[in-house]
Amino acid sequence: MSAVTLQQALRATHFDLMEKDPRVFVMGEDVGVLGGAFGITAGLLQRFGRVRDAPISETAIIGAATGAALVGMRPICEMQFVDFLYVALDQLLHHAALAHYASGGANTLPLVIRANYGVGPGSGPQDSGTLYGALLQFPGLTVLVPSSPSEAASLLAQAVHDPNPVLFLEPRELYPTTDPLPDLPLLPMTRARVLRRGDQLTCVAAGGMVRKALAAAERLAADGLAVEVVDVRCVMPLDQATIIASALRTGRLLVLDEAPRGGGLAAEVIALVAEAATASSRRVPLRRLTAPPTPIAYAPHLAAAAVPDSAAIEAIMRELAREPQS
Amino acid sequence: MPGHTSPYVGQEAIAVGLAAEVAHNDVVVSHHRPTGHALAAGLEPARLLAELMGREGGYCRGRAGKHQVSSLEHGFLGANGVVGGGIPIAAGAALGLQMRGTDRIAIAYFGDGATNTGAFHEALNLAAVWTLPVVFVCENNGYAFSTRQQDHQRVRDIAERAAAYGMPGEVADGNDIDAVRAAARPAVARARAGKGPTLLDLKTHRWYGQYDADDSLAYRSQAEIESYKAHCPIETFRARLAARGELSAEAFASLQREIETSIARAVEWALASPPSPLSERDRHVYAASDAR
Repeated sequence: MSAVTLQQALRATHFDLMEKDPRVFVMGEDVGVLGGAFGITAGLLQRFGRVRDAPISETAIIGAATGAALVGMRPICEMQFVDFLYVALDQLLHHAALAHYASGGANTLPLVIRANYGVGPGSGPQDSGTLYGALLQFPGLTVLVPSSPSEAASLLAQAVHDPNPVLFLEPRELYPTTDPLPDLPLLPMTRARVLRRGDQLTCVAAGGMVRKALAAAERLAADGLAVEVVDVRCVMPLDQATIIASALRTGRLLVLDEAPRGGGLAAEVIALVAEAATASSRRVPLRRLTAPPTPIAYAPHLAAAAVPDSAAIEAIMRELAREPQS
Repeated sequence: MPGHTSPYVGQEAIAVGLAAEVAHNDVVVSHHRPTGHALAAGLEPARLLAELMGREGGYCRGRAGKHQVSSLEHGFLGANGVVGGGIPIAAGAALGLQMRGTDRIAIAYFGDGATNTGAFHEALNLAAVWTLPVVFVCENNGYAFSTRQQDHQRVRDIAERAAAYGMPGEVADGNDIDAVRAAARPAVARARAGKGPTLLDLKTHRWYGQYDADDSLAYRSQAEIESYKAHCPIETFRARLAARGELSAEAFASLQREIETSIARAVEWALASPPSPLSERDRHVYAASDAR
C-alpha cells in the first residue's frame, strides 16, 4: 500500500473493521457529520450509522467507551488532539486501565482511543503534546505509536481486536505521508520491529522519529556505518527483549524522542539498556536526542527547532559510532 | 478487614427499592459505598465479604476491595473509588445496551457530592442528547464526606439540575422503600421505552461515618445522628407491613434470624477463603490475546 497515506490507511481500516464486526462503533467530537477534524472517519456515519457525534465531553466519551465495552461493544473513540485527552485521564488511567486487574482477570475491556499528537506549524503550547512518555507509569494501559501507513493499519486492527484498553497515538505530521518501507510482515502489536539491520549502533525511535532515523541510517551507510533502526511501535508495555537484544548486539544505543527530555520513553529505554549492559559487564555507550524540557512555542520556527531534526540525528549518530564499546 | 469500609446503613431503601423495580438483566454502576447495591444485585454475601477482606474467594480475587468490586454475571459493572467516576460508565453501558438493540437499562448510583463533578455534568448531558436508557440515582445523604450539602452547592433539590439537561428530575423520600419504588417506576419505564434518562434525588441519611474510621462527630452532632433513627428505612417498612397485617412480629423475628445466620455463614466462609498466592500478584495486568 505504498501510495496510501497514513490518513487514508486509517480511514480504510475503520471501514474494514466496522464492516466485519457489528460491535465496533465510533464516537468522538465531530467524527460523524464532519467525518473527523482530519477526515479519518469520513463516510463511516453514512455507511454504517454506528458513529456518534459527541458533545465536547472527553470524560463522558471515555467513560462511555468503558461502559459500552463492559456490555459487549467495541468502541473506537477519537480525541481531536491528544491534548484533549488530558481532562479525561481519570477515566482512562483510573478506570479503563485498571478494569482487568481489579476484577482479578474476570473483566476485559476492548476499547480503543485514537488521537493525533506532536508538533505542527502553529499548533502552539496546547496542541503539541506527545503524552505517551507520561503513560509508562500506568500498567494495564497499552499505548501504540505507528510510524507509517501500513503499520498504522495493522496496529489499529490488532488494537480493535484486543481485549484491553489501547491508546492509539497518530503522529500528525505523518498524516499526508506514505510508507517509507514496503511489505513489512505482520508482527504482534506489542512487539518492537527491527526495520533496518546494522552492527555498529542501535537507534530506537517511535512514531514520527522513525523515518528520520531511517533516513539518517541511510546516509551513514554511504560512509560504511551500519545503524540498526528499531521502531518501538508499542510504547507501553515496552518490548524490552527486542530493544535490549539489539543494543547489546551493536554495543551502542541512541534513542530518539520528540517528547520533552526528562523521564518518559527515552529515559526508560536508556535505563533498560544500561541495566542490561551492567548485568552483562558490557560497556554500551548511550545517548538520547529529545525535545528540550520546555513547552512548545506557537511561532513555527521555534516549534520546529524543538523537534530533533535530520542533521542533529546524523551528527549524534556519527559521534556515538566513534565511542569505544565492549 | 485490611482496608476501610463504607457502611450503607441507613440508605437501604434505595438499593432495595430500585432492585425491586428493575429486571434481572439490567446493569448497575455503583460508587464507593457499594455493599447495598451489590447485595441487591444478587451478589453473595460470602464472596462480597471475602473481596472486602482481600481474599482469593472474593468476586475479584481480592484485587478490587470495596472501591472496585464487580461481578458482570450479576450485571454489577462495578463500584468506584473516584467520586462521580462511575456515572459516565453507566451512561456508556446504557449506550452499549441501546446499540445492541436490547430493552435493558443501566442504573447509576452516586451521592450528593458527586453531583459537583464534571463527570456528572458530562454524563447526564451525553445521556440526554443520546436518549440513553439510564436512571441516574442520587443517594442524597446530605454530606459530601464532612461538607454539608448546603455548603457544597446552592440547590436544595439536586433534581433541579435535571432541567439543565432537558430530562425529568424527581425528589423522593429515600428512607421509604415505597416512595423509592414509586419514583423509580416511571424512570425505569421511561428508560426501557427508549425515552431517555431521569434523575432521581432520593433524600436519605448515612448513619455511620464516611468510612469505618470516621466517627463523623467533627461535622455533625450525636443528636443529629440519633434523629436519623426515627427515619430507619427498615423499621418504617416493618411498621407499615405490620399495620397492614402483612408481617407478624414472629415472622419479622424469623427473617432477622435468617439474615443473621446467613451473615454468620458468610463470615465463616470468607475467613476460610485463602489469601491469593504471592506468585499471582503480577497476573491479569493485561488480558491475553494473540497480539501480545
